[in-house]
Amino acid sequence: MWWRRWSVDDSKRLIMNEQLNLYGKNFNSRLLVGTALYPSPAIMRESVEASGAEIITLSLRRQSPEQQQGKMIWDYIRESGCQLLPNTAGCRTPREVIALAEMSREIFQTDWLKLEVIGDDYNLQPDPYGLIEAARELVKRGFKVLPYCTDDLVVCRRLLDVGCEVLMPWGAPIGTGQGLLNKYNLQTLRERLPDVPLIIDAGIGAPSQAAEAMEMGFDAVLLNTAIAKAQNPVVMAQSFRLAVEAGRSAHAAGLMVKRQTASPSTPTLDMPFWQQSSSKALQD
Amino acid sequence: MQIFVNGQAQSVECPNDLKSLLQQLGYRGETFAVALNGDFVPRENYLHIELKDGDALDVVAPVVGG
Repeated sequence: MWWRRWSVDDSKRLIMNEQLNLYGKNFNSRLLVGTALYPSPAIMRESVEASGAEIITLSLRRQSPEQQQGKMIWDYIRESGCQLLPNTAGCRTPREVIALAEMSREIFQTDWLKLEVIGDDYNLQPDPYGLIEAARELVKRGFKVLPYCTDDLVVCRRLLDVGCEVLMPWGAPIGTGQGLLNKYNLQTLRERLPDVPLIIDAGIGAPSQAAEAMEMGFDAVLLNTAIAKAQNPVVMAQSFRLAVEAGRSAHAAGLMVKRQTASPSTPTLDMPFWQQSSSKALQD
Repeated sequence: MQIFVNGQAQSVECPNDLKSLLQQLGYRGETFAVALNGDFVPRENYLHIELKDGDALDVVAPVVGG
C-alpha cells in the first residue's frame, strides 16, 4: 500500500534523531521532571522512568545527622544515570543562591544549576534583578545556569548577556497547573530568540498544555506537580512523555495556518442534488 | 561555646576546627555540605576553619525538588 512507504518507524526515527542540546550535551528526551511531591520514593522512581526524562531536578535542605533521607535520595539518583539539575528553590537573594549553588556542586558533582530567585511569596514569581545578578556571578564561577524566569523578553536578553545559554520561562506560577498563561509573551520569546534553547518551566498541568508548548516551538518542558499529584503518577508521566513527543513532531511537521472562516475539506465540485435543492428552495 | 546549627542554638565542646565540630555533632560520610555564617565552606577546608561563639552553621543534604 502506498502509505506504507512512510511508516511509523520512519517517523519515530525522525523524532529520535532530533536531539535536545543543552550546554553541549545531547538528550533524546525533551521532558525534564522534578522529584518532589510523590506519594512515595518508589512511585517517584517509577514515574521518572515512565517519563523517559534524562534530566531531573532536586534540591538541598537542612538535615540533622539522624535523618537518612538525603542518603536514600542520593542513592536512587546515582543509579538513575540522569543529568542532575539541582535547584536553588526558596532562595531570595544572590548571596543565598551562591552558597546553595556551591554546596550543590560539591554534593552532586555537577556544574548544572536550575537558578531560582524568588521575588514574591504569593505567586513565587522570579525576581528578575536578583536572577541577573546571581546568574552573572554563577557563570563566572563556572556554573551552567538554567534560570527559571518570567516570560519578559528584556529580562531574558539580560540573562543571555551575562552568559546563560538556556532559559526556562514560566508557563504559569509554580504548582498552579494553569498552562501557558501569556501566549503572546511566550510566542514573542520564541520568535525573537530563535536559536536559544527555551524550556517551559512551571505551571503545566496537563499533557495537552505540554504538547501546546512544544507545538509553539519550545525546546522542552520541565514539570513536577502535574505528574506527582496525578491520581496515577506513573501513567501520567507516560502521558506527558507522549504529549511532548507529539508536540515536538507536530512542530517539526508544521502546523496549518489558522483561518477565520470555514473552508470545506471535501470537494464541492459536482456535489449531487445541489441544483435540485436550490431549485426547490426557489420554488418554495 | 554556643553555635547555631541549622538555626537551633546548641552548646558544644570548643572544637579545634570545623571537621571536629561536625564529628561532634554526628555528621558522617559525604552526603552533606556546609555553609558557615551564610558562606559555603568546601570540604577540603574543614580542617582549617576555626569556630567562634555565635557562629551559624548550615548543614544540608539532598532532598527531592522541582
